[in-house]
Amino acid sequence: MDLNLLTIASARTAVLERQTTAVALAESFYQKIKATDEKIGAYLTLTRERALAKAAQIDAIADKGDPLPPLAGVPIAIKDVMVMRGVRSTAGSRILSNFVAPYDCTAVARLEAAGAIVLGKTNCDEFAMGSSNENSGYYPVHNPRDLARVPGGSSGGSAAAVAAGMSVAALGSDTGGSIRQPASFCGVVGLMPTYGRVSRYGLIAFASSLDHIGPLTKTVKDAAILLKHIAGRDPLDSTSAEVPVPDYEQEIEKPVRGLRIGVPEEYFGEGLDPEVRAAVEAAIQMLAQIGCEIVPISLPHTRYAIPTYYVIATAEASSNLARFDGVRYGYRSPQARTLAEMYRLSRDQGFGAEVKRRILLGTYVLSAGYYDAYYLKAQRVRTLLARDFEQAFRRVDAMVTPTSPTPAFKLGEKSDDPLSMYLADIYTVTADLAGVPGISVPCGESRDRLPIGLQILGRHFDESTVIRLAHAYEHAHAS
Amino acid sequence: MTDHRRPISEKDVLYVAELANLELTADERARMVKDLNSILDYVDRLNELDTSNVEPMAQTSDRYGIDESKSGTARFAYAMREDKTGPSLPREVVMEDAPENDGAFFKVPKVIEK
Repeated sequence: MDLNLLTIASARTAVLERQTTAVALAESFYQKIKATDEKIGAYLTLTRERALAKAAQIDAIADKGDPLPPLAGVPIAIKDVMVMRGVRSTAGSRILSNFVAPYDCTAVARLEAAGAIVLGKTNCDEFAMGSSNENSGYYPVHNPRDLARVPGGSSGGSAAAVAAGMSVAALGSDTGGSIRQPASFCGVVGLMPTYGRVSRYGLIAFASSLDHIGPLTKTVKDAAILLKHIAGRDPLDSTSAEVPVPDYEQEIEKPVRGLRIGVPEEYFGEGLDPEVRAAVEAAIQMLAQIGCEIVPISLPHTRYAIPTYYVIATAEASSNLARFDGVRYGYRSPQARTLAEMYRLSRDQGFGAEVKRRILLGTYVLSAGYYDAYYLKAQRVRTLLARDFEQAFRRVDAMVTPTSPTPAFKLGEKSDDPLSMYLADIYTVTADLAGVPGISVPCGESRDRLPIGLQILGRHFDESTVIRLAHAYEHAHAS
Repeated sequence: MTDHRRPISEKDVLYVAELANLELTADERARMVKDLNSILDYVDRLNELDTSNVEPMAQTSDRYGIDESKSGTARFAYAMREDKTGPSLPREVVMEDAPENDGAFFKVPKVIEK
């Protein structure tokens, strides 16, 4: 069994048909991780005991001949921003280096209830703030395709684990592109569902109005399978929507002929790498060949997306990260003599540079005298960005764009210039601000054999059309 | 351009750091002055837009995926629950994560200085 090629669909068949056991499958992944992860750094914590115990339960059900759950024995990895009871959950931050969560994230609990086996927690930029994984408080992740390059971020550990065959699939989180951009850099599929489609309960908060949980997988079908299991209303997250969840596994098989696909001109301008442009334009050609109608469109406020995002996301982050104070959990500075000193020193020593930068910026844009000029202004522009999408989706069923303006860049290349790092998310942030779903699906490689991603965006709660198109493209591209 | 904006000074950074309960080393302060100015120069682009008649959007979940046939809070009836207490996390489990505790309460350094 080639672990690099193993999909959810094939792993679950192998377990259901007893070609292997859940325990043997998990063990083979741990061997692969042992042999591979030293040079990649995708995992922060392995949950071996819990995984083998769950796998043994699956095998016991199979031994008795009882019906197995739908994801029986499928090994998955979880980005370390999602908590699991009894498991260290760091969010990639030193301030949570000793935090053992007392409860389970809903999305993870739903996958475990469906029989999936969690191999471990994956590395990420600290509190999901970053586009390269270099902001991890522990160690950077290396791109499996080229170890000198970044895997993207912030879900870089999840993307790298799937790309290197160290997990069948993974969960990540996306606030400004953190699922789609690393998927694109590592050559895997990354799906950000509609805001509210998947419960955020148990996701360590970065920017609450923008945070999404979603799958990173080898195929679009696998993304559909995982989404089916994690989607749907959760009473523990009041922003999770009461919208019926279709059977995405069946939705992907529906025909795409006649779908109208918008190509927004603003996503093909200055800064787009010529090789990425060529790959995405070839993908658009292919969608036309399989019967889609290609429609040029405009999203006129696109150039305001990154500044809007960095005001809103940092404002929300500065509020969310106020909870790390050294009192109830996490790091407390041993040097502190007074309460005030304890807050300041614990936060100063526990947070990394990018997190401090964003807390400061967020605090500034919310502070007296600047709130209207920055925060309120950005919220008004957010409305304009959402309207751009609403108007476009009256004319088209989906949109296609590049996921990222460039293929994976080198470690250290952008780490000294926060603004140039922020621009790596230029094609992904608007979907987070507008709350619409998006996927990145591989659409070719550069001359240096670096993966390139095609982004497909859809209407609110219409993941079905997004994954259906991605699935049709994936198959047309492969044949 | 920045002609309508006073650049952020080290004093501003110190003030914001205090609001955010951060201390910052001298090196970090200088770096943050530079970085925040560069980011805010870019954010100033938002002033090109007249937004005086545009409503602010704090979140998307009150606009999309809701029952359009209903109005007001009835649209969010699904998010309501009975006002009943349920079980909380066990105290001993929560206290295991506390840097310092006496079993019943979190302990912190002294609050009032003489």
